[in-house]
Amino acid sequence: MEGWDPNTKSTLTQIPLLTTKAGPRDGAAWTSRLKEEYKALIAYTSMNKSKDNDWFRISAANPEGTRWKGKCWYVHNLLKYEFDLQFDIPVTYPATAPELELPELDGKTEKMYRGGKICLTVHFKPLWAKNCPRFGIAHALCLGLAPWLAAEIPILVDSGMIKHKDDVASSSES
Amino acid sequence: MEVELKELLNDLQSLKKSLSDPSHLALIDKMHLHAENIATLENSGPTRRSSKVKDMSAEVVDSNPYSRLMALQRMGIVENYERIREFSVAIVGIGGVGSVAAEMLTRCGIGRLLLYDYDKVELANMNRLFFRPEQVGMTKTDAAVQTLSEINPDVVLESYTLNITTVEGFDTFMSSLTNKSFRPTKSGSGVDLVLSCVDNYEARMVVNQACSELNQTWMESGVSEDAVSGHIQLLIPGESACFACVPPLVVASGIDERTLKREGVCAASLPTTMGVVAGLLVQNTLKYLLKFGQVSPYLGYNALKDYFPTMEMKPNTQCSNAACLERQKEYILAKPSRDAAAKAKADKEALSAPENPVHADNEWNISVVDDNEADGAVSRHSGVLPEGIVHELPVADEYTKPVITETVGPPDDLEELRKQLEALNAD
Repeated sequence: MEGWDPNTKSTLTQIPLLTTKAGPRDGAAWTSRLKEEYKALIAYTSMNKSKDNDWFRISAANPEGTRWKGKCWYVHNLLKYEFDLQFDIPVTYPATAPELELPELDGKTEKMYRGGKICLTVHFKPLWAKNCPRFGIAHALCLGLAPWLAAEIPILVDSGMIKHKDDVASSSES
Repeated sequence: MEVELKELLNDLQSLKKSLSDPSHLALIDKMHLHAENIATLENSGPTRRSSKVKDMSAEVVDSNPYSRLMALQRMGIVENYERIREFSVAIVGIGGVGSVAAEMLTRCGIGRLLLYDYDKVELANMNRLFFRPEQVGMTKTDAAVQTLSEINPDVVLESYTLNITTVEGFDTFMSSLTNKSFRPTKSGSGVDLVLSCVDNYEARMVVNQACSELNQTWMESGVSEDAVSGHIQLLIPGESACFACVPPLVVASGIDERTLKREGVCAASLPTTMGVVAGLLVQNTLKYLLKFGQVSPYLGYNALKDYFPTMEMKPNTQCSNAACLERQKEYILAKPSRDAAAKAKADKEALSAPENPVHADNEWNISVVDDNEADGAVSRHSGVLPEGIVHELPVADEYTKPVITETVGPPDDLEELRKQLEALNAD
């Protein structure tokens, strides 16, 4: 964890760790894992809200809890940029991390795989591998998506690849 | 085209008649000849094999697509080449390596190919082999079937446009591997070999999961992000290390790794490295299926130094994959019958070759000890990796289950938890 800012580190220590090593094909064990995922997400979301650092919404898109959808946002130069967020729980979960997708940004940055999957290889995958099965969805958002947004969104905005929704609306009106 | 050519010929004819100056006649005749040649070329069209062959013929004629392959028997390399038509090979990932591997197997006359990919062909793929610019926008599986069925109509092609890492994709993947309609008499699964030609860790772990569960032998392949190294690996569930047994290995480039991981640079690729790795993969496949030569358990390729490290990996007795542990147990249980078979084979060979002691005396009492015994005590990292190979990811830290202290705090009902998160999401 060297090289991570103290803020992220202290946040991370407050997200409950998971204990059940189970994937979507493991029946009852997956249900227990899913409960732990919810607890971690609830704790993380409440913590963000209490610190006025709310930055995502996520909920299961199917009853099995294998597909998740939501939104995430990032504030740059006092403007809020919001994106759809989605991912599948892979069959080999939690041995492999979920591949977080921001479909609206597909093709706009090279730090992304096909279909809008953000690149987690260097900054996150080794951490996930080291902490299997204790890390869950909440940890993936905290250590995978948050730093990615912080690194990529300012570049995408400054280079004009993405525009704030107010700018888009006003330019289409004129 | 045909009409235009006819017009051109007519015009030339009338020009020839109307021409008063005979000095240009020869030139017009020459033009006429060229136009006629083009017309005949156009009419003949591309030569295409439309019919399937019933038997692979060894006859050496220009029209026999298998003559050079059947010659492998005459040369004493392969005992029965035609067996290749009984085999089914599944190729997961039809990219730079997978597509070339599929073409090689198609040209070899493999019985059946199962192709899996969810991607589309892009112009960015044109620095690699196989796909053509006019196929841009097609799914890789469709484009592959188009090309491969033209090259060899004898091969049964099945294409699956899906992502195997999702729950639904995995179910289809498993059922397609177990479908035995191609050769109902085959034991085990419906395929003889699975080739993993994917470009990411997640998908490899999924192929590993499927093959460990099905007790299906498979081969893994990979090319590094910097395009200058690659590897192939044979994985026999229970007998050799599964993909989850040891963290993935990568061939060290021989140059400072930090200079390679430059931020913001997308993965590099070369048609050469991809072609070499595909060639090594299919060569190992042919050796495995047709039983000739030595099948490599692991073969690395370092393009910068032209170095090819090889090694063997035993399964990890503490592997995190439950299916792998099952297969390991089965493999150890099957040891007596395996030993008996090996002994029978050795006896047979000993009978055919008269025994001659290699050395008349053994002054120092030197004896050969079998080091292949599965002693079950191979610790995770006792094996020092050969020079030039490094681990890609770290191992999980020692995990001790924490003492569960039951607190009254959070509820333990899934529906309740879901509602709680939704409530947080609402504002």
